[in-house]
Amino acid sequence: MLKTFSKGGVHPPENKISAGKSIEILPLPQKVSIPVSQHIGAPATVLVVKGDKVKVGQVIAQSAGFVSANIHSSVSGTVESIDAVLDSTGYKRQAVTITVEGDEWIENIDRSTDLKKDIQLNAQDIIKRINESGIVGLGGATFPSHVKLSVPAGKKAEVLIINGVECEPYLTSDHRLMLEKGHEMMVGIQILMRALNVEKALIGIENNKPDAIKYLKSIVGEYKGVEVHSLKVKYPQGGEKQLIKALINREVPSGGLPIDIGAVVHNVGTAFAVYEAVQKNKPLFERVVTVTGKNLPKTANYMVRIGTSVAELIAAAGGLPEDTGKVVNGGPMMGKALTSTDVPVTKGTSGIIVFQSKESKRKADSVCIRCGKCVSVCPMGLEPYLLNRLSQRMMFENMEPEHVLDCMECGSCSFECPANLPLLDYIRLGKAEVNKIIRARKN
Amino acid sequence: MDKQVIVSPSPHVHSGESTSRLMFNVVLALMPAFAVSLYYFGVGALIVTLLAVGSCVIFEYLIQKFLMKGNPTITDGSAIVTGLLLAFNVPSNLPWHIVVIGSLVAIGVAKMSFGGLGSNPFNPALVGRVFMLISFPVQMTSWPLPVASRLQYLDAVTGPTPLAILKEGLKNGETISQMGDKIPSHMQMFMGLMGGSLGEIAAFALLIGFAWLLFTKVITWHIPVSIFTTIAVFTGILWMINPETNADPIFHLLTGGVMIGAIFMATDYVTSPMNPVGMWIFGIGIGLLTVIIRVWGAYPEGVSFAILIMNAFVPLLNRYVKPKRFGEEVKRNG
Amino acid sequence: MSSVLLFSIIMLSLLGVVLAVILYLVAQKFKVFEDPRIDEVEAVLPGANCGGCGYPGCRGFADAFVKAEDVSSLFCPVGGNDTMNAAAAVMGKTVEAKDPEIAVVRCSGSPENRKRIVQYDGASSCKVATSLYSGDTGCQYGCLGLGDCVAVCKFDAIYIDPVTLLPVVSDEKCTACGACVKACPKFIIELRKKGPKSKRIFVSCINKDKGGVARKACQVACIGCGKCVKVCPHDAITLENNLAYIDFNKCKLCRKCVEECPTSAILELNFPPRKPKVEAEAQVEKTE
Repeated sequence: MLKTFSKGGVHPPENKISAGKSIEILPLPQKVSIPVSQHIGAPATVLVVKGDKVKVGQVIAQSAGFVSANIHSSVSGTVESIDAVLDSTGYKRQAVTITVEGDEWIENIDRSTDLKKDIQLNAQDIIKRINESGIVGLGGATFPSHVKLSVPAGKKAEVLIINGVECEPYLTSDHRLMLEKGHEMMVGIQILMRALNVEKALIGIENNKPDAIKYLKSIVGEYKGVEVHSLKVKYPQGGEKQLIKALINREVPSGGLPIDIGAVVHNVGTAFAVYEAVQKNKPLFERVVTVTGKNLPKTANYMVRIGTSVAELIAAAGGLPEDTGKVVNGGPMMGKALTSTDVPVTKGTSGIIVFQSKESKRKADSVCIRCGKCVSVCPMGLEPYLLNRLSQRMMFENMEPEHVLDCMECGSCSFECPANLPLLDYIRLGKAEVNKIIRARKN
Repeated sequence: MDKQVIVSPSPHVHSGESTSRLMFNVVLALMPAFAVSLYYFGVGALIVTLLAVGSCVIFEYLIQKFLMKGNPTITDGSAIVTGLLLAFNVPSNLPWHIVVIGSLVAIGVAKMSFGGLGSNPFNPALVGRVFMLISFPVQMTSWPLPVASRLQYLDAVTGPTPLAILKEGLKNGETISQMGDKIPSHMQMFMGLMGGSLGEIAAFALLIGFAWLLFTKVITWHIPVSIFTTIAVFTGILWMINPETNADPIFHLLTGGVMIGAIFMATDYVTSPMNPVGMWIFGIGIGLLTVIIRVWGAYPEGVSFAILIMNAFVPLLNRYVKPKRFGEEVKRNG
Repeated sequence: MSSVLLFSIIMLSLLGVVLAVILYLVAQKFKVFEDPRIDEVEAVLPGANCGGCGYPGCRGFADAFVKAEDVSSLFCPVGGNDTMNAAAAVMGKTVEAKDPEIAVVRCSGSPENRKRIVQYDGASSCKVATSLYSGDTGCQYGCLGLGDCVAVCKFDAIYIDPVTLLPVVSDEKCTACGACVKACPKFIIELRKKGPKSKRIFVSCINKDKGGVARKACQVACIGCGKCVKVCPHDAITLENNLAYIDFNKCKLCRKCVEECPTSAILELNFPPRKPKVEAEAQVEKTE
C-alpha cells in the first residue's frame, strides 16, 4: 500500500505531456524585465540606476528585511529602465529592465558542470549563502528559503522533507530536474540537512514518475540519511501539510507551521538551487519552466533566465496556436491566468500552460444541491459550501471560526462541484476579508 | 496578444461532474428495481411510474416558468428522480388522480415552495407519499400481489404486506410461529415476492442499485449502512428477548421501505447531512425511529416517517456536527 | 366522554396559567431598561436599515443619536434634513441642514471607449475579480461592471446599463447612503453634492496613469493635461497624480471645463441642451 495523505483529495487528469522532454536551455532574450518582488515578503530595494552595466549574477536589488530576498541580474548588459511593468495579474509592479549584451558572468561563479560533493561551509554560512543567493521556494509559493532554514528558538527540526510530488497536472519541471540533476539535488539535500542539523531527509515522489523514483533510488545509497518514498497519486499531495502527513503521518496544527512538528519542507528545485548557490557560488537567476498545452506545436522544459518574457517562451514552443483560450502561469489547479504574455518569468514560474478555448471556459453554474462532495474532497477538512455561502452574504466574521484561514486554495472543491459553483473564488475573497478583520483587531 | 484570452481564478480544470449526471446515475440505479416491478406488477407499475414522473416534470416546469418566473431547470433531472421515487413508494393499483395529486404535493409543496432544488428541507417524494397515505389511507394500503395480476391496473388482486400481517397477527394475540406460513420466507422477501409498494419490494434489485451508486460515487456508504446496522442491532436485541412477538432482523431489513428508504430516500443530497459523522447520526436516528414506529406505533411501517423526522434535524446536524479539521487533534504550539 | 373533555379543558387552562406566570417572572427578571426616546427617534427614521449612517440599522443610529452629546457628526442620508430635524425635535436639539448628496460613478469606460483585452470568466463579483487581476481592459482603475454596487443597493437605485456595461445611478431613487461607495473595490463611486435640479459636473475617470498610457487604454480617460485647471474660474479643479478632481463645494457649474476637456472625461449631468455660446455665458452669469 503506497503512502498518501488521508483526508480529501481529487484526481484531476494528469496530462503530463512534456514529461519525456529533456531540459533545454532557452536562448538568451534581447531584453529582460526583472521584478523586484518575486517572493513573499517585502519587495527588494533596487541598487542599480538607469545606464548601469550589469553582469550575470550581480545583485541588482537587495533584500529589504528578514522575509525578503535578493534579486540578481540574469543577464549581462545595460539597465534600460527601472519602471513599473505589467505583472501576471495586469497590475504594474516595479521591475528592472535590462538590454542584453553578451553573456558575461561575475567572476566567482563556478561555471563547470562537475559534481562537487564535499560541503565546506557550516550551517550558519550555508544559511547566509542561501540568503545572499536570493533563493526562494521554487515550487510556486516563493517563500524565502533562508527563513524556513532559520529554526526559531525553542523548536527543533527533526526531519527534512523534499517535495518531488509535482501533483499539479501538466507540470514536469521538477520531474525533469530530478531525472537530469539527481546528484546535484542530492548534494543540495545534504547541504540543507547540514543547515538544519537533521539526520534524516525524505524525498516524496508520486508514483506517476516511476523513472524518477527508480533513478533516485539507484543513487540514494551514496547519500547518508536520504530516503526516496514513492507516493500514491492524489492531488494536492504537493501541499506542504499533505506531504508531511503522507510521509511521517503528523499533522501540522491549524494556524501552525511545519516546524511546529519538527519538519521542514523544501522543493526539489530549491534543493538544486541550494546546491548551485553553495557549491558553485551561483545565485538564483534561472529556473526550469515547463511550457505545455494540448495544442501547442511543441511542449518543452526550458532552463530560463528570470525576467525573460513569457511570449519568448511560447514563441520557442512554436507560438500561440490559433485556438488559444487561456494562458496560465503555474499549474491548472492553482496557477494564475495571464492577461498578457508580455510578462516576465519570475522565480515562482514553474510552468506556462496554454489551454484551448473549449478547455478554458467555465460551465454555467447551477444551484448547490448540498451533495457534500466539496466537504469530502477538502484536504483541510473544511466545508467549502458553507464558506462560499458566508462569503457571498458578506458574513466574513462568521468565517473565521469555520477555519477559513486553513484553506490553502488548492481548488479541489471547485474542481469537484457538480453545480460548477465558483466556491474557491468566494472562499479566497473571504480569506482576504478575514485577514483584514484580524489585522484591524490587532491595531 | 491580439486575441482576447479568458482570465479566471484557479482552478482552471473541472472534474466534469454535473448535477444532471448525478441524477442520471440515480435513475440508472433505480432501473433494476423498476424492471422487477414491471415483471411483478405489469401494466399497473408502468402506468403509475410514467404518470408520476411525467406529472412531477410538468409541475416543476410550470411552477418554475409561471409562478417563480424563472428559467425552468428540469434538465437537471431532479424532478425525474422525485417522480420515480414517488411512484416506487405507492401501490401499483393507485388511481391516477391520486398519483397526480401526490406529485403536485411533492413538487409544489415540498420542493418548489421552499425555493426548488437544493432548498427543500424534506424529501419531496416522501412528503408526497405521506400526504397520500394520510389523505387516501384505503387506496394507499391495498397492495397488489406480485405476479398475480399483471394485466390489471385498478382491479389488481390485492393482499397485505408482511409487516401488516405481523401487526395484525400480534394484535389478535397470535405469536410469530403461529402465523407461520402467512409470512413469506426470507428468500421470497429478498426476491420481492410479497405485497408492497411497486418499487420497494425487491431487495436484490435495490442492492444492485446501491452498488451502482457506490461505484459511480454518487453516494457514500455511510447513511445506508448506518440505517441497516441500527435496524439490525435494535430488532436483533428485541428478537433475542422474545422471538415470538418480535420478528427477526432479516425480516425487518427486507420488508417495507427499509431498502429503498435507506439507499435512495435517506441519501437524497438535499435532505441529508454533509459530513460522515452527521450521516452516522442521521442514519442511526432513522433506524431507531423506524423500529420504534414498527414495533410500538400504530402504523405497520415507519421508514417514511423516520426519514422525514430526521430530515428536520439535518440543518442542526450540519451546523453543529463539523467534519474533523486537518491538524485539529494536535495542540497549537505558541 | 364529558369527563375527558372537562379534564382536557382544565389541564390546558392550568398549563396556560402556569406558563403565563413563568413568562411574566422571566420578563421581570431579564428586563433591560432602554431610554424611551430611542424608540421615538427610531420612529421618525426611514426604517430602511441600510447602514448609510455608519450604524447597524436605524435602531443603532437612534441609540447613538440619543446618547451623543454632539449630534453634528450624525446624519441620516436617506431621510435627509427633514428626518434629522424631526429626530432632533424629539431630543429638543437642533441640527444644521446638509446639502443633499448623490452617488456618482466616475468611469465612462464603455466597451466603445475602452477596448476589452481579455475576457473574465469567474464569480460574478467585482471583489473577486479585483483580487484576481486588474480588469478586462488596459485600464487598471476602471469599472469592472460586475455589479457589486447593484447588489448592495437597498433602494434599487443603481443598475448596470446593458450597452455601456457601467453602473447608472437613478437621481430619484438614490439616497446617498453610501453602500455602493463602500462596496466598490475600485473606489470609483463617490458621494457628491446633488446640485440644483440634480445638475452636476465631475471628472468621470480615476485613472492615475500618465496621459499616454491612460489614453491608450481608454478614449475618455483623464490624461492629466491640466487644461481644465487653467480654464476653471473658481479654482475648483486640482490635478494630482495625472488626474483632475473637481471640488463640488467650489464648483459653480459654469461648464467651462466640460468644453475644454480634450478627452471628454468631464461629464455634465441634467443640464439643458447647450445653447449657442453667447447665450450660454449669459446664463452662467444669471445662475451666479
